[in-house]
Amino acid sequence: MKHIKTLNTKLLKNTVLNGGCGECQTSTVANQSCENK
Amino acid sequence: MIHKYSMNGFNIVLDVNSGAVHIVDDIVFDVLDFFDEKSVDEIAALLKDKYSEKEIIDAFNEILELREKELIFTDDIYEEVIPKIEKRAPVVKALCLHIAHDCNLKCKYCFAEEGEYHGKRSLMSLETGKKAIDFLIKASGTRKNLEVDFFGGEPLLNFDVVKGIVEYARSVEKENNKNFRFTITTNGILLDDEIQDYINKNMHNVVLSIDGRKETNDNMRVRAGGQGSYDAIVPKFIKLAESRNQTDYYVRGTFTRNNLDFSKDVIHLADLGFKQISVEPVVADDKESYSLKKEDLPILFEEYEKLALQILKRRKEGKDFNFFHFMIDLTGGPCVTKRLVGCGSGTEYLAVTPEGDLYPCHQFVGMEDFKLGDIEKGVVNLKKREEFENLNVYSKPDCGKCWAKFYCSGGCAANSFNNNGDLVTPYEIGCELQRKRIECAIMLKAAEE
Repeated sequence: MKHIKTLNTKLLKNTVLNGGCGECQTSTVANQSCENK
Repeated sequence: MIHKYSMNGFNIVLDVNSGAVHIVDDIVFDVLDFFDEKSVDEIAALLKDKYSEKEIIDAFNEILELREKELIFTDDIYEEVIPKIEKRAPVVKALCLHIAHDCNLKCKYCFAEEGEYHGKRSLMSLETGKKAIDFLIKASGTRKNLEVDFFGGEPLLNFDVVKGIVEYARSVEKENNKNFRFTITTNGILLDDEIQDYINKNMHNVVLSIDGRKETNDNMRVRAGGQGSYDAIVPKFIKLAESRNQTDYYVRGTFTRNNLDFSKDVIHLADLGFKQISVEPVVADDKESYSLKKEDLPILFEEYEKLALQILKRRKEGKDFNFFHFMIDLTGGPCVTKRLVGCGSGTEYLAVTPEGDLYPCHQFVGMEDFKLGDIEKGVVNLKKREEFENLNVYSKPDCGKCWAKFYCSGGCAANSFNNNGDLVTPYEIGCELQRKRIECAIMLKAAEE
């Protein structure tokens, strides 16, 4: 693409089914990362 | 829903529901204003004074391509996750232990009111601490990673009990298939080599309270006689940060109306050599002279932008540091479940008073209406817990239309209650500042590319 550069491709919808394990640190969550990698 | 803004020469477009972030040129940035409502011919006519027809068609087609890949103008599909979250058995996985309702400083903005939390001075006993650990193990169900934060007041006033609780938790974690992570927050007055050594061996993270420049810090963080604390704590904090190899700690300050130029305080901390820095807006009654007002927002926005530019400059000079509120993980951030429910106060995260009473979080301690139970009987005020269980991005009417909802998770319940008298109306100044911080954080990511 000439006009647009996308910074990230890991999208929220991909975490609907495989997220929610609850093992990550209790925090806002904006500054956190997933720990279940 | 999209959010677009320009900062530091970058045109940035956030697709709210997918989480995708795009850097775009001026043509796409302008075409996006009309993309949803006009045809490509109509847009070309509207923008003909700025761009050629070919440029506009190219830009339009690239946006179309993004939409086909579900990277822009995507739908909000996450409300259906809420029933799944609500069906989960209630678990507690983190405790804030109020080791000491007492303090050796008298910070003017402290929500704990000189450490006493609307009550009397008291210290947690080792017996209560052990029972809190037992409660956490039992209430955590199948969760393995558990967190315990030693908080106050000033936890170092009761440090033998801190050590006793850590020792006890370590002695029972394996047999219960748990993994404890300990953190501690201190004002540093009692910090010495022995305590530093213990913290380094046992604490996953340590928060060191200091507000920035000497005059800023000593205006608010004072001893009983009114003397400032800066000179006493700075050498100790520098030594502790170095002893932890500049990781797994934060120097943590508060800015108020007295230092709206807080970016200077952040840079001062960086110039002292600290690499992990968090300086955050005060939480205070609106009647206090130091509380932040709506009219302060333009100055604060400018300060956040100034700070972001300073960070970029220092990166190039090899003098980089982490500013907690500008940390954002675009490729491995929290899952949707986490983003919808936020910090878990009142459900997964509880505060424990020195007497063993349970509250939704440290900021609710001392408010009798919010007492949830105690470590012997567990959570018995189920009606109050249910109020917290029902808190999420979709239960807060103001959050639905906000582009930042999947970053802030609907904001802080305590801030909502203290400012609006309920748990679901966000604290507006907090929202405004949060949005600005996210914009700055994403810009810093764009600058890395």
